[in-house]
Amino acid sequence: MTIRWDWIAGNVDEIAAATLDHLVLTLIAVGVGFALSLVLGLAAYRWRPLYGPIAGLAGLLYTIPSLALFAILVPFTGLSVLTAEIGLVSYTLLILVRGVVSGLDAVPRDAVEAATGMGYTARGRLARVELPLALPVIVAAVRLATVTTIGLVMVTALIGEGGLGQLMLRGFNRSFPTMVYVGVVASVALAVALDLALVGLQRLLTPWARARAA
Amino acid sequence: MPDPARRAATVAFEHVTKHYDRRELKRGTPGAVNDLSLAVPAGKICVLVGPSGCGKTTSLKMVNRLIEPTAGRILLDGEDAAARDLTELRRGIGYVIQQVGLFPHETIAENVATVPRLLGWPAARRRERAEELLGLVGLDPAVYAGRYPVQLSGGERQRVGVARALAADPPIMLMDEPFGAVDPIVRERLQDEFLRLQESLAKTILFVTHDIDEAIKMGDLVAVLAEGGALAQFGPPAEILASPASPFVARFVGSDRGLKRLSLSRVADLELLPPVTARVGTTATEEHRQALAGTFPWLLLVDGMERPVAWIARADLRVGTQLESVPSVPALPLLDRRATLKDALSILLDADVHAGIVVDRTRRVLGLVTVAGIAGLLRETAQADGTDGTGTGGDGTGGDGTGGASTGAGRADPGGTEPRDPAVDAPGAGGHGAGGHGTGATGRVG
Repeated sequence: MTIRWDWIAGNVDEIAAATLDHLVLTLIAVGVGFALSLVLGLAAYRWRPLYGPIAGLAGLLYTIPSLALFAILVPFTGLSVLTAEIGLVSYTLLILVRGVVSGLDAVPRDAVEAATGMGYTARGRLARVELPLALPVIVAAVRLATVTTIGLVMVTALIGEGGLGQLMLRGFNRSFPTMVYVGVVASVALAVALDLALVGLQRLLTPWARARAA
Repeated sequence: MPDPARRAATVAFEHVTKHYDRRELKRGTPGAVNDLSLAVPAGKICVLVGPSGCGKTTSLKMVNRLIEPTAGRILLDGEDAAARDLTELRRGIGYVIQQVGLFPHETIAENVATVPRLLGWPAARRRERAEELLGLVGLDPAVYAGRYPVQLSGGERQRVGVARALAADPPIMLMDEPFGAVDPIVRERLQDEFLRLQESLAKTILFVTHDIDEAIKMGDLVAVLAEGGALAQFGPPAEILASPASPFVARFVGSDRGLKRLSLSRVADLELLPPVTARVGTTATEEHRQALAGTFPWLLLVDGMERPVAWIARADLRVGTQLESVPSVPALPLLDRRATLKDALSILLDADVHAGIVVDRTRRVLGLVTVAGIAGLLRETAQADGTDGTGTGGDGTGGDGTGGASTGAGRADPGGTEPRDPAVDAPGAGGHGAGGHGTGATGRVG
């Protein structure tokens, strides 16, 4: 069980391509998932009775085993990026919708009341007061969804996608552990890098959250 | 349309009713209001006071239409609030709430400039206005403008809340327990500062509190609301204290309302005693001794400008001796004419000589206030209490609209030589002993 450094050195391009592929699959899934969740979350926040059904549906999707979900989708959408993304997006919804709603719920009531009383329109209040104040909770949910998605992208190797998952699958089939190790290390590195990037983004967007009594 | 050049507007409730149907009732829904009619003149502070569930907050929120009335109208400068565009209406009314509701993600300057930004002022003007207002509420803009709310104390946040409500110079301000979330000492200071501010601002202010003392202190007019949202009494604080309209109001203002009236009356309202005085450099005479033979045995030594120098006890006066060589006590306490009787009484009870020397701006002696004199006013009120509700009451104080007053210079050493009059001591010690909050600045309607 030794690592074949020479293989790694000779296949940097392939490793980089797989990593990039993994990154793109993850970003699309989280991006689309976030856009959907923002719409669903805002709807659930505004019309509270919708929250039960929306969260229930997202929860239901979340409980379907990933392999089974892809198996169900393949007859309709084939072995494609679309199939992979439908699955990946579905799994982000539960985390992100909850994040959006609990973020908005955590906005101080008095700030919302003051904003309304001072003559904010509903839309202006959402953009200038409620969403900015919900941001820390929402970003926390995005971080969680991102790391989860990086893991799930691996599984999409079984339907011909998978980025680093492909690398690992091939290494496994060929009994070539170096490829597996490279896949593991690269995906962990990717997860850490994205998480740090999100933390950095949050710090940039919420300077107020770091302010404390001087 | 209210004229924007005018600084204040009238506010009139006309048969305003708010009922909640079952669908609207949820936790924290404020109380109902039942056929409320009252008119607040421009530039006055009207305090809505009552027990919880009396609809005072509901009444306030119907002015900026956070709550829409079930029936009746609210007229702002004669114009129906319901006919106004909602956001335009709200941007023209200052709004301060108990928890302040500062935006945690905005700096203090941005918070203060909220309404100006909504109104589309350019950034430079907003900044300038925010700094001006921070200065007005006693916060140094250089220090506070760039801070976030979390970096401020409770009292500082309340000040920012007031500054924010004033930002676009609205003719009307709504204040819902604006000083409720701070400790009593800070609250008292904020109240005093706000009253001083209001003297120059002259906004029309609706002010909600559950605290009758705050209502009496802050209000030009006080509206006492009963549970169920009915108006129990509406009038100047002195009138409500002197003649409560119902047993409910009498109970609500409290059995110590005679003492409460002391904070409404000022030294200037009392008949001052003429002191027995002697110039520095003169000698004691038999006339001095004769004049001091009455109930108040202290000679007041004054300088050439009639300014107090020292007290000399009758027992120490020897006819023919130089007055400066006679043992004396410092000429304290000094009282401003505009000091409240509550403050004056508190200081007198602590003083060596049980008389306050009332002085004018140049420290010239105007006369003396004694505990007995204040007790006289207490007795008048007590007689009014005896006829509960219908009594005419005492003089009820009036129209000293000036302000910035404070009680006089220092207090005399405790452990005085003069025995206290127990009959007078008792009520003072029992009620408002602590006192000494040195203010004046109310502009009362007489």
